[in-house]
Amino acid sequence: MRLINRKPSRPLAVFLAALPFVIVLIAYAAGSEIRLAANPADKLLPALSTIQDTAVRLFTEGDRRSGDILLWKDTWASLSRLLGGLAIAATLSLLIGMVVGLLPLFRSTLSGFVAVLSMVPPLALLPILFIVFGLGETSKVVLIVIGITPFMTRDLAQRVLDIPHEQIVKAQTLGASSLVIALRVALPQVLPRLIANVRLSLGSAWLFLIAAEAVAADVGLGYRIFLVRRYLAMDVILTYVVWITILAFVLDWALKQLTRKAFPWMEAGL
Amino acid sequence: MSFVEVRDIWQAYDGRSIIERVNLDVAEGEFVSIVGASGCGKSTFLRLLLADERPVRGKITVDGGEVAVEPVRERGVVFQRYSVFPHLTVRENLIAGEGFSTRFGWLGGAARKAAAERADEMLSRIGLNHVAGQYPASLSGGMQQRLAIGQALTARPRVLLLDEPFGALDPGTRVQMHEFLSELRAETKMTVFMVSHDLEEAFKLGDRVLVFDKPRWDPQDPGLYGATVTYDFDARDGGMPFQSILDRYPSLADTPKAEPIPA
Repeated sequence: MRLINRKPSRPLAVFLAALPFVIVLIAYAAGSEIRLAANPADKLLPALSTIQDTAVRLFTEGDRRSGDILLWKDTWASLSRLLGGLAIAATLSLLIGMVVGLLPLFRSTLSGFVAVLSMVPPLALLPILFIVFGLGETSKVVLIVIGITPFMTRDLAQRVLDIPHEQIVKAQTLGASSLVIALRVALPQVLPRLIANVRLSLGSAWLFLIAAEAVAADVGLGYRIFLVRRYLAMDVILTYVVWITILAFVLDWALKQLTRKAFPWMEAGL
Repeated sequence: MSFVEVRDIWQAYDGRSIIERVNLDVAEGEFVSIVGASGCGKSTFLRLLLADERPVRGKITVDGGEVAVEPVRERGVVFQRYSVFPHLTVRENLIAGEGFSTRFGWLGGAARKAAAERADEMLSRIGLNHVAGQYPASLSGGMQQRLAIGQALTARPRVLLLDEPFGALDPGTRVQMHEFLSELRAETKMTVFMVSHDLEEAFKLGDRVLVFDKPRWDPQDPGLYGATVTYDFDARDGGMPFQSILDRYPSLADTPKAEPIPA
């Protein structure tokens, strides 16, 4: 039997899916074991048990000075920045994308501008943002917005243009105005794409968030990681990295479920 | 006074003539089939009728009205594909036929209920009431085209334009669709233009069959001349002319016989 026709059975598939995770864990455990055997005070690869203890402490015990549990405070601060930025970027890109995709007058005006804008490296703008918006929340949210909006806008505009011309003509012969075509023909068909775009830009959004927090913040997941770096607190950093990964994964999964629930017509043909 | 008047239409893209000097008079209720080789401008002519594009020269009017500058409700259309909205269920697609002409495209309350009832009537007429709640993607090609025709009809157009509506269907389904279309036409008495690749289909359904072709051809510059209507067949009565001439001119029947010449 050819290799391309070999499909794993269900249990084998689960095992294969778990395999890379297990391998990484074992490799880490072995590495840290070797280093700790040579030097019990080694900070670079803390034992899994140390990380677990640290994680439990971070999630449950309050800060000695303020009594707040810092991890939850950081999570709350970072998530509200991230979700705020994503929400603003999604709204902006949907509005501009629809206008550019549907109205040739605006397409002539905006498409070149957006194309140039999307080439500006957002992190290079960070100093400007700090100068203009100060070191508070605004500059971090704006960085996320600037970072992901142009790409989402261009993609959505293209999706609107990809709607078959036949459908647009058909809607017109049914008496639809430009507004009705936007609301009832274009919008419902690009909304799934908008959610897909948000999913795709989650990675960049986290990148911009952590970069902004690393440079200037007093609370946040990225801030904490860069703060404890000074003490070589690998156990804390690793806990935070795993936690951020879990948060990102859950967000992505939730958006995927939303697409399946909200747009049943997407799967009608399958 | 004809219903659809086409006067001296000329259309060119980038200086290449597609169709030229097309003149046509179509009476209300006529079924006009349009045939011709690929790229001869049949579909361009249909888009001009639809007012999806404007001719370089000439004008098209329906019932003596204004020249349309964009697609309007008066002229319904069914394309070969993509004619229905994939994000709406079968019933919603039919309700859209009425709802899209409102300000925000939505019908509410009593109006929606009435539209839903009319949609259900149309569904039973086009034989799709068993799939009313499904999305178009789960329907077969023939069912999708029936839905597209039904949707076009809910807007009550005065002229129905069909762009190879059965081109993507298998032969069996195609015959069923012919019967379906003939029935609908007998009920509604609409003026229909149908572009087709299938000569048999064109003669079977049409009252008239127009053939588009290039009467002039410049071998050095093939784009110089466009296509025009080169044949205009009367396709009624199996394509044999004058079969019903006595119905139309009954006086011909009682022409007195010539007097015998007296001996």
